[in-house]
Amino acid sequence: MKAKVLIRPKEGILDPQGKAVERALPALGFEGVHDVRVGRLVELETDDPSKLDDLCEKLLANPLIEDFEVELVEK
Amino acid sequence: MIGVIQFPGSCDERDALSAVERVGEGRLVWHEETDLTGLDGIIVPGGFSYGDYLRAGAIARFSPAMEAVKRFAAGGGPVLGICNGFQVLCEAALLPGALLPNEGLRFICRQVELVAEDFTGPFGSAIGAGDRLSIPVKHMSGRYFAPDEDLDRMEAEGRIAFRYAPGDNPNGSVGDIAGVVNEAGNVLGLMPHPEHAVDPLTGSDHGLALFRALASASQAAAA
Repeated sequence: MKAKVLIRPKEGILDPQGKAVERALPALGFEGVHDVRVGRLVELETDDPSKLDDLCEKLLANPLIEDFEVELVEK
Repeated sequence: MIGVIQFPGSCDERDALSAVERVGEGRLVWHEETDLTGLDGIIVPGGFSYGDYLRAGAIARFSPAMEAVKRFAAGGGPVLGICNGFQVLCEAALLPGALLPNEGLRFICRQVELVAEDFTGPFGSAIGAGDRLSIPVKHMSGRYFAPDEDLDRMEAEGRIAFRYAPGDNPNGSVGDIAGVVNEAGNVLGLMPHPEHAVDPLTGSDHGLALFRALASASQAAAA
């Protein structure tokens, strides 16, 4: 089964990447964009989706600083 | 004998080894080694272990040598993590907290002023509280973070080892924290690079204090 894991900085943790993107937008004429947060997306295929949460907590995300969401994609 | 772990992507292991050899004996430990017999102290050095893919230190923490380092630390052996080594030790949960990308999002390479705290364990007893050390930092992800409740406990237990001097915090670390120790005090991690400050020719020799502390902690652990 195919899965998508979305990882993002926890709320309240300063995300300098998001800030840099936010500051760049007005220069390109995109006004009124706020609270930009940059995370990452991991796509994978797995035989055992029941282990995905464990796998995310142990490797893909650091639960101290990041939240994650797992989305299963039916083929 | 002090072992310096060498991961694919480490880059400061030889400087660390050379610093060790100014105060004692050492050797490199390849990341696939699992037998640390004969070693009395361990350094997890700086660099970009396994490319720092995913997050700094995230992959290195699963290396065979790190499993051995965990057992070594659990047995009370002294472990010093520098920069990427600090990140690896945090990812391995040998130290509390995490290192986030620098507040200013730039790679920082410059001399900083550190102030030693009154901290617990063998490193703490070898380094005087209030000592000021001029040591370089060079990192992209050095912003120390830990949840407030963890920070309160660490403060109470004397586990903050070093802070950046007031006004000299280069990366936005919470509480100006530059280095911390574990509960027993035998594992120390810091972002600045003491191995690059061992000779006045290159700015200062204040980093030697860390290697002397590791050597004396190693002797004590071996005895």
